[in-house]
Amino acid sequence: MCSLALFPPPLPSGNTTLCESNNELLSGRKYEETVQVIILTAFVMSDLNERIFVRIQKCSVVLKVSCFWLLNLVLIPKWLAMSAGCVLALLKRIASFHGSLFPHVTLSSEDMITEFSQVLNWPDCVVRAFAWHPHTDKFAVALLDDSIKIYNPKSATTPTLKHRLQRSVAAVSWKPLCASALAVACHSSILVWHVDPCSLSTRPSSGCAQVLSHPGHSPVTSIVWSPSGSLLVSASPMDTAMLVWDVAAESCVPLQRVGGGGVTFLSWSPDGSHVLASTPAALFRVWETRMWTCERWPCLKGRCQSGCWSPDGSRLLFSVQGESVIYALTFSSSPGLSSNSPVTGPQAATVVADLSETTFNTQDGCIVVGGEIQCLVWDPKGERLAVLLKGDPQAADRPAMIAVFKTRTSPIFELLPCGFVQGEPGAEPRLIQFHPNFQHGALLTVCWSSGKITHVPFYFLSAGVPHFGLNGSPSLPRPQERPADFANQSLFTEMLS
Amino acid sequence: MFSVQQSCWFIRKVICWRAAASIAWAVLLLPPTTAVFVIFSRFSIFHPVQWISECLSLLLSIGAIFSLILLCGVVIVIGFLNLEYYTVIPTIACSKIALLGQLLHPRQFFNSLVHCIMGMIVAWCCAITIGGRYETLGYSCQQRGPTHMCLNEYHLFLLLSGAFTGFSHSLLGVIHNMNYVAFHTVQQYKYLRFKGSIPLVVKCSATQALYSLRNFLIVYYFLGHMPKAWLCKTLNLEVDSSVHSLDTVGGLLDLSLLYHTWISASFLLFTWYTTLLLFRIFVTELYNFPVQISFTDDAQQCLPKVIAEKQPMILKFLALQDLALLSQHSPMRRAEVFSLSQPGGHPHNWNAISKECLWLLSDLTQRLVAHHDTVATNGRTKSLSTGSERKSSSEASVTSGDDPFSPRPAVLLKTPASVFARSMSGGPHSPLTAPFTPDLDSPFSSPSLRRLTAPVEQYSPWHGTVQSPHIFRRAPKLWSTSTDSKTNGSPPPSPAPVLSPKQESSKPGILARFLKNRREQVKNFMAKRVLVMYLFNKLPEASSQALFADSQAHIWALEGLSYLVQASYTEDQFGVVQTTLPSIFNSMLVLQEAVDRHFKLPHASSKPSRSGCTMEDCSYKTLRFALRATLKTALYRITTTFGEHLNAVQMSAEHRKKLQHFLDYKE
Repeated sequence: MCSLALFPPPLPSGNTTLCESNNELLSGRKYEETVQVIILTAFVMSDLNERIFVRIQKCSVVLKVSCFWLLNLVLIPKWLAMSAGCVLALLKRIASFHGSLFPHVTLSSEDMITEFSQVLNWPDCVVRAFAWHPHTDKFAVALLDDSIKIYNPKSATTPTLKHRLQRSVAAVSWKPLCASALAVACHSSILVWHVDPCSLSTRPSSGCAQVLSHPGHSPVTSIVWSPSGSLLVSASPMDTAMLVWDVAAESCVPLQRVGGGGVTFLSWSPDGSHVLASTPAALFRVWETRMWTCERWPCLKGRCQSGCWSPDGSRLLFSVQGESVIYALTFSSSPGLSSNSPVTGPQAATVVADLSETTFNTQDGCIVVGGEIQCLVWDPKGERLAVLLKGDPQAADRPAMIAVFKTRTSPIFELLPCGFVQGEPGAEPRLIQFHPNFQHGALLTVCWSSGKITHVPFYFLSAGVPHFGLNGSPSLPRPQERPADFANQSLFTEMLS
Repeated sequence: MFSVQQSCWFIRKVICWRAAASIAWAVLLLPPTTAVFVIFSRFSIFHPVQWISECLSLLLSIGAIFSLILLCGVVIVIGFLNLEYYTVIPTIACSKIALLGQLLHPRQFFNSLVHCIMGMIVAWCCAITIGGRYETLGYSCQQRGPTHMCLNEYHLFLLLSGAFTGFSHSLLGVIHNMNYVAFHTVQQYKYLRFKGSIPLVVKCSATQALYSLRNFLIVYYFLGHMPKAWLCKTLNLEVDSSVHSLDTVGGLLDLSLLYHTWISASFLLFTWYTTLLLFRIFVTELYNFPVQISFTDDAQQCLPKVIAEKQPMILKFLALQDLALLSQHSPMRRAEVFSLSQPGGHPHNWNAISKECLWLLSDLTQRLVAHHDTVATNGRTKSLSTGSERKSSSEASVTSGDDPFSPRPAVLLKTPASVFARSMSGGPHSPLTAPFTPDLDSPFSSPSLRRLTAPVEQYSPWHGTVQSPHIFRRAPKLWSTSTDSKTNGSPPPSPAPVLSPKQESSKPGILARFLKNRREQVKNFMAKRVLVMYLFNKLPEASSQALFADSQAHIWALEGLSYLVQASYTEDQFGVVQTTLPSIFNSMLVLQEAVDRHFKLPHASSKPSRSGCTMEDCSYKTLRFALRATLKTALYRITTTFGEHLNAVQMSAEHRKKLQHFLDYKE
């Protein structure tokens, strides 16, 4: 079993990770010169003003309602008031019972997004969501002031997307097999922007956005496109159904199952055959996308916090809240052969890595790394796995940290330590994502608490071009690469059954 | 005819059985629904025990069983009507007058009549079940002696409300295209789909019942005395003067009466909607056609043959759906598509499938180009001839018909005739081509345009190579220059207008000027009549919807083709797909161009307003957007798979440039 004790110690303070080359992580002190850095300006002030305004509005609504009630109490007969009071009390009881079953329904929508987002410490994060375009080198960044910027190295304009309904953005996602469509998970709805890549406009009008909303489906915390680009699935912790959208027709099909109390996080396997849907309860589901049936996976300890799929869709790695291990599930990769077979899979998940707290002695003193996992991402070639560890924001010696593993899927599934990715002193990693088609290995994009976004390349030669199923996100044809020689640290091996 | 036999086979062996299964399930669902209705209709909060026991005893009584049998009959009749009237291509009326034509069509009249009667039967059953004051039509009045029978207006009210609900259900069915059966993008098992739709059905039937109750109250308030008087006369009943009459404000404000009427209407609509929902779910279920069969007896049932069938549209749609799904999900069936025939080594399967898909695409392209030309030519000619403000062309055609000196008497008949022709063709077996915009019937369109679009209307297969839209666009222009030189040799294909406005304007004789003035006068006169304007004004975006009414077929064709081409990159051993790659690109790019041009027209890109809670399937209103998105995705799917290899595919420079945009992700 791979554990953090086998990792090389973290870098001393002031050093930052630059890239991986020749099988080791290189670091340096001069940050700005070597790595492309994009500094984002956050409009914190305007955001604060808006929040205060919203508070005032809420207060006035409460006042109005209470005045109304008072008036009514004076005018209506006593028995009616009594019975109404009884009904209200009953309703409150039911609500509190529901709340005790599913504690998350009592949270405010912002707290809910914070709780279930893949971003660490979402409310004060300058970059609230980030998405690479699946085919080109452009990306979208959602900022604290609820605007979205699109950066494209090939064009000088950076369009800024703003919309009346675009509040508390929890996730953004580009549509596969399309150049322009960007889906945004907002507080009350899903916006699908159509940003013409050839347009020179820096402020696309709100007419470019389709609004997809469904009663009871708010806040939306996770959205995911099918790899074939035809469907969009959205999830909300308040809605027990997840919605499958036909975006062009603006119609949706709710997929509802009993149990769980909502859907928090979605992940579509790259070959398009399965969707992971985690719930606020200690339960997650794996949907099969041919006939949309699901299998339930109850967890012992907590809810499924994050998960990611191997490129061929046969293996699912996930982490559970309250535990510091990574689990793996293996699925048979050919669900299409028999048309009516349900999801076929294993009976239990296996533990593949232990990330419990480990103390490292560095020049600056002891650092404790490990604990709960915030987010798991796997690079599209299936060679590097990045894990965002939560750490403890109160304790200085327990920082949030990114641990990177080398993974190998064939002939047997292996996890090998690669190292920690660190940023500038004082900067905390908040959000990680891999570039979908980086030619020379893998490119990890990290958004830091300071508002910087850095790209950390991992240069390696792929052990073999992964063969996609038909539904797999199409990759650019890559040059043939010869197998890499891994370091002979056989740290974790799992025999395939 | 062979194809007729085939269609009979499919309708007989598949569709009928599916319809029968759906009706059977609807009948099975009737007892629990009736039980729920009984519980709600006898609702009393203060005597719960009595309420429950009453309900139980009622449910086990003879009368309940008899009414249940009656209700079963109603459901079966409704199920048959669903089967008879369903269509996979919606009928879209382009103007109010066309809609009126649909509503007054004899076929539709029959439908409304049957619904009316069925509504009355259901309401009678409801009246029996609710009991109390609703139970009988007549009762013996005390004041006038035991032999006198008086009319029970409550019973009559309930019966009439049932008939009204049935009638309005059938009318709304036409207006909202309730008989349109849409195919879902997400495949689900039937039970899960039914379970997921039940809350919607309950909500819809409750709200629709509310609306229908409101309308019925208005109607009854004004016209309620007529059926009452008639019944009293024919059945020799008397009106009890001591009881408050119901067609007054005071009589209608009876809360218990309103509640009972509403709950019976909800019950009625719920059973009918459930029947409809089950029918839709069963009919649109995926059917697996074999790609190839070794026995020649059943060779006509395999996919490449079935997909080219014209007539039962449901067969063609199911075949295309199967194609789209097999190309996406099953490698084994794809391998059969790519395989070669055993003696001879020809890729017959692939050829048949790709030919049909490409034909569908080119057909749509042709329709779009023709429509675009009609719209564009109309605008141009009109501005030349009159220079007046844009008027609706159909209105103008009527105007010209009113003119006694007009040389185009046929035009007057043409517009309403086309309306009825459309509504007639809007049945379940309507041809592929959607009703065309009435613009074509306008006197301003040139004969060459007519000739250009005539094959489309007559639905003749068009197997030629796909041409660029520019060529189509040029055709009317060429014609108009040739009229000026008086060498127009194009034979009139139909009783087409002899004179065109352009000719009129080109030789300003006295007669022409007179005609022009008269026409202007009549036009102005008619334009002031609000009703005429209202009836003949074209509904916005209706022509666009009509053009794309059957686009679900095109969407599947695009998906099927693109997935097959994508799979061929790794799975096609013999290279059968490569030979058709240029024509696939060609038709897709030409279609893309035509679609882009169409979306630049006014109203084409405006989104339809979301309707609230109805059972109608609005997906036909957004099919054009779905088609545009699918087309783009299909092109990207092929370009991302093949990448730079596409440079080896032969195509014109214009298309290559376009394709380069796709390769650079700039579309």
